[in-house]
Amino acid sequence: MEPSAAGELCAFCAMLPGMATAISQPRVAAPRHTALVRVTHWLTAVAFVALAITGYLIVLSHPRFYWGETGNVNVKPLFSFHVPSSRDTVPTGYNYVLPDENGWSRYLHFEAAWLLVLTGLVYGIAGFRTGHFRKELWPARGERSWAAYWRALRGVRTGDDGSQSYNVVQRTVYLSVIFVLFPAVIWTGLALSPDFNAAFPFFVDVLGGRQSARTLHFFVSDLLVVFLVVHVTMVALAGFWSRTKAMITGRAGGAQGREKE
Amino acid sequence: MSPISRRKLITGGAVTMAGVAGLGAADRIARRWGLIPPDSGGIYGPGETLTYAVQRLIGKHALAREFPRGMISKMPFMNEVAPPSNAFKKMQAAGFEDWRLVVDGMVDHPLALSLADVRALGRRSQITEVMCEEGWSYIAEWIGTPLHLVLQEAGIQPQVRYIVYRSIQSEWWESIDMADALHPQTYLTWGMNDGDLPVGFGGPLRMRVPRQLGYKSVKYITHLTATDSMKKFGKGLGSASPEAGYAWYAGI
Repeated sequence: MEPSAAGELCAFCAMLPGMATAISQPRVAAPRHTALVRVTHWLTAVAFVALAITGYLIVLSHPRFYWGETGNVNVKPLFSFHVPSSRDTVPTGYNYVLPDENGWSRYLHFEAAWLLVLTGLVYGIAGFRTGHFRKELWPARGERSWAAYWRALRGVRTGDDGSQSYNVVQRTVYLSVIFVLFPAVIWTGLALSPDFNAAFPFFVDVLGGRQSARTLHFFVSDLLVVFLVVHVTMVALAGFWSRTKAMITGRAGGAQGREKE
Repeated sequence: MSPISRRKLITGGAVTMAGVAGLGAADRIARRWGLIPPDSGGIYGPGETLTYAVQRLIGKHALAREFPRGMISKMPFMNEVAPPSNAFKKMQAAGFEDWRLVVDGMVDHPLALSLADVRALGRRSQITEVMCEEGWSYIAEWIGTPLHLVLQEAGIQPQVRYIVYRSIQSEWWESIDMADALHPQTYLTWGMNDGDLPVGFGGPLRMRVPRQLGYKSVKYITHLTATDSMKKFGKGLGSASPEAGYAWYAGI
């Protein structure tokens, strides 16, 4: 086995004792996050950060975006960024060229994409089977109204234990990220693969062509980055260490964590 | 520790061991079916292998998208080209009459073909998109001789698994597997948009692999070698691309 694959397995194995502990501990209270949610959350986090960084590095080699099937420096762009490029094939207005990072960026982008897709499949299938989506993310019966959205946005707590469940705005955002943005970023990404397009031309044709797919891939990725920033900010406001601990060990932060909220 | 948790641990251990055994079996099957790329080592190996193997399983014979004539790019982008050597300029002045395409390696009849010889083996055309890994693209009509007709003429032997192709610029060399080498859209290209292939676009002879990114469509082709293993070429990673940090398989 390659050392790399072994390394990845070990990283995964390191999380197993935590899962085993969660299973074997007597159930005083239900864990805040199940082992499935915790493991898939962190695998997705690692994959997404790698994808975002390498994605922006790849954009630097041609910081111009187009609409339709084709686009190059002889074609008027839809928009472009006034940043230095990692290639001298693009006019940028800067008289220097950044180091080329595309080789490892591309290797890592596609490897992280596999991690994201496989983790997402496990999470998606298990989420339906265990009722995770229905119970924890689908808005509760009394919460499906504009009034409920407004209450949540004003920060009014409704349940008797606010830290144990998400409000309707959080649920809507999480469901949108899981069922709209991630599928969209995977779809638009696959539409950029020449061999995948040969096998399934529908994937790129329905988006209006290769350059449209690239532009959409960029926008959807940006929305996911915005989500990540807001998500981390909210976690920080709610008590960074107690929330992060809950996502690692499964246990809520307890009284200390509550006080910080 | 309660008995239930112990049972769960034992079940978990059994599942893990079955998984490891399964991975071992998958690795053996993948090797036999040619699903492992030459650059499968290193930290990016698992991702690269998954991509290549899945693409070969879902669409080995799929055709690259072709476009109507009206979609041909009015101003295709001529990528940067290293300044031609004096030897190249001399051949260009003589209309490339002395250009030779050598075909060797595991073939029954090694060949040294002139451009006229290549053309005589067959003429096909396709309107396909060149896609650069940087992100830009253009559509052109490519006219040439399908690579499989040249390989057929040379009589490739049954154990051949890769075709190595080299440019007059020695730093550019690539290879493709037989799925791409025998693919009907893989051409040795000598014409573009109803004319000769301009030097800026790779004339007089350019490999065209439309199911992969542009860097596999190497310009100024002079040499084809049929082989059963990439271990003997360069650093054994498949081509100059992985030696420079880029993936060997550019079909993504």
